Amino acid sequence: MEPSAEQLTWMYETMLLIREYEETMAKVYLEGKLPPQIQKGLAFDIASGPVPGEMHLAAGQEPVAVGVCAHLRKEDTVVGTHRPHHFAIAKGVPLDRMTAEIFGKANGLGRGKGGHMHLFDPEHKFSCSGIVGASLPPACGAALAAKKAGKDWVAVAFFGEGAANQGSFHESLNLAALWKLPVVFVCEDNKYAISVDKEHSTAIRSNAERAAAYGIAGRAVTKNDAIEVFAAAGEAIARARKGGGPTLIEVKTDRYLGHFQGDAEVYRPKGEVEQLRKDDPIPALGARLRSRGLLGDAQDTAIREKIRTRVREVYDFARRSPYPEPREALEHVFA
Amino acid sequence: MSAARKLTMAQAIAEAIGQEMEREPKVFVMGEDIGKYGGIFSATAGLLDRFGPERIMDTPISETAFIGAATGAAAEGFRPIVELMFVDFFGVCMDQIYNHLAKNTYMSGGNVRLPVVLMTAIGGGYGDAAQHSQCLYGLFAHVPGLKVVIPSNAYDAKGLIIQAIRDDNPVMYFFHKGIMGLPWMAYFEGSTTEVPQEPYTIPFGQARVVREGTDVTIVAVSQMVHKALLAATELAKENIRAEVIDLRTLVPLDTDAVVRSVAKTGRLLVADEDYVNFGLTGEIAALVAERLDTLTLKAPVRRLGVPGVPIPYSRPLEYSVIPQVQHISEACRGMLHSKLARAA
Repeated sequence: MEPSAEQLTWMYETMLLIREYEETMAKVYLEGKLPPQIQKGLAFDIASGPVPGEMHLAAGQEPVAVGVCAHLRKEDTVVGTHRPHHFAIAKGVPLDRMTAEIFGKANGLGRGKGGHMHLFDPEHKFSCSGIVGASLPPACGAALAAKKAGKDWVAVAFFGEGAANQGSFHESLNLAALWKLPVVFVCEDNKYAISVDKEHSTAIRSNAERAAAYGIAGRAVTKNDAIEVFAAAGEAIARARKGGGPTLIEVKTDRYLGHFQGDAEVYRPKGEVEQLRKDDPIPALGARLRSRGLLGDAQDTAIREKIRTRVREVYDFARRSPYPEPREALEHVFA
Repeated sequence: MSAARKLTMAQAIAEAIGQEMEREPKVFVMGEDIGKYGGIFSATAGLLDRFGPERIMDTPISETAFIGAATGAAAEGFRPIVELMFVDFFGVCMDQIYNHLAKNTYMSGGNVRLPVVLMTAIGGGYGDAAQHSQCLYGLFAHVPGLKVVIPSNAYDAKGLIIQAIRDDNPVMYFFHKGIMGLPWMAYFEGSTTEVPQEPYTIPFGQARVVREGTDVTIVAVSQMVHKALLAATELAKENIRAEVIDLRTLVPLDTDAVVRSVAKTGRLLVADEDYVNFGLTGEIAALVAERLDTLTLKAPVRRLGVPGVPIPYSRPLEYSVIPQVQHISEACRGMLHSKLARAA
């Protein structure tokens, strides 16, 4: 399955947007967290600054998000992970309200209650969770709902290679296979579950092989490439829409930044990230666009400038937005 | 006693585990990122280099399997220490904990011994939101068969975890991230203390009176002990003398320590970072209520805890739902002016 010119352009621009967003977040996250503004003796204070708590950034993993979401409609469901920004952006979640949420502001997606790992946008059928493996069952549920409603909508569960060893993965695959649910399971293999690499967590080489154990189709995408992801995802999503049931896809991708910001990554071989960045999927896709006459220098410059401006805008919006009133903390436990 | 040096709570825990592993070859550790990483909260820092991957075992993200495996290995005579990275993750493996680890000794009429230490990180206040900020020890204290141990400082942390490792029963050991003394999270410096070099134990079921007082009893565990002490210092300037009790263990619980203190002060405040409903604060209040034939109260019991909401992400929201020093001080002042209903 080949992407159209529009799809190619959309994927390229969206990857650029994601990368700009994540790299900006990497800087903004550090604001207020470093000496001398923090407790004496500390190197870093996770609680301080405009974006407190943990931060998990997806720079490098853009192809997985765009290659899949290029096929999705607004009514299709995406359930993401603790590292959710690229999925949310590719799914069309409004960037300003998403950023306001990450800054804990009252006009954020969750009125500041969820934060970066718990982004909910019912309008765009996007949600995510901080618990490893928790994305699969709800995606099965969204698929079940679509099937019951007689729609050709699909659901996508994103998760990491670490999650493939969690019970919920196995249960969900069997259930989806048994009930022939229109769900696509997409495993982002970025090699690391915090510090533990795949070789030391998983008994088999490729999670795509696990599909056979559940009687479903499995596809391994071995290159961190948007077009290859696009092809595998397109096949799987078409299968699901036609009533052909679930597919498991595993994509070998690259995590450029730490598991979380502040992660010293002592477990990672020296120079590994520099090496991975040589195969950056964004310039690679740019080169493909150029070779097809879809991108020129001036155009590229213009796109990048537009994206930088947009990202600056949404971060400024988030900073300017008000915090919620403390009494709001007691609201919304129940609808 | 040999020369003491100051250790953070994280260092004290790692030192204690290392000393017990040297003494007893059956002790080994399983958990996520406990090897090269040394534990996300540094509880096993340095241990992989000393003991190797056969005894410091990084696991896949498979809590049901490896926590259940700890139960099985313990039944075979080993003494596993297993780390649940965040207490909030108990959901994925609770059956193995509360239906098996907790109950097998009883269901076997005492014939099965399960010397497992399940250590886990608790606590919020640093923006980690609803799924990574909970305490939940109330929940584990509620189900029978698990000892529940919650150190508030490095000295106690070492003594209590050594006691836990030597105990032939399953012990849940909760360390609050905000008092581990990590270089990347603001912490209450009172949690870093002098810690003797040699191994020592602290018996379970022994609370500690951290600060003596006569006007109000504040009962707390973990990081809340430090907040209570700060409140007590503030209150002393207003001539209100608060007594602060660090329970240290919920199971077994030192009820006598609470009763003795409330008999003296007549006023009880339980300050807890766990949810206020159906938990520790209610338990302590009930224990006092059951003894009103011999105890006299000068004020109704007060409870502070997270008020039945998930921990919100946004800083002003989170700050307002977790009991802070000012909330403790306000509550104590209020109790000094409280009245009781007249007896019938």
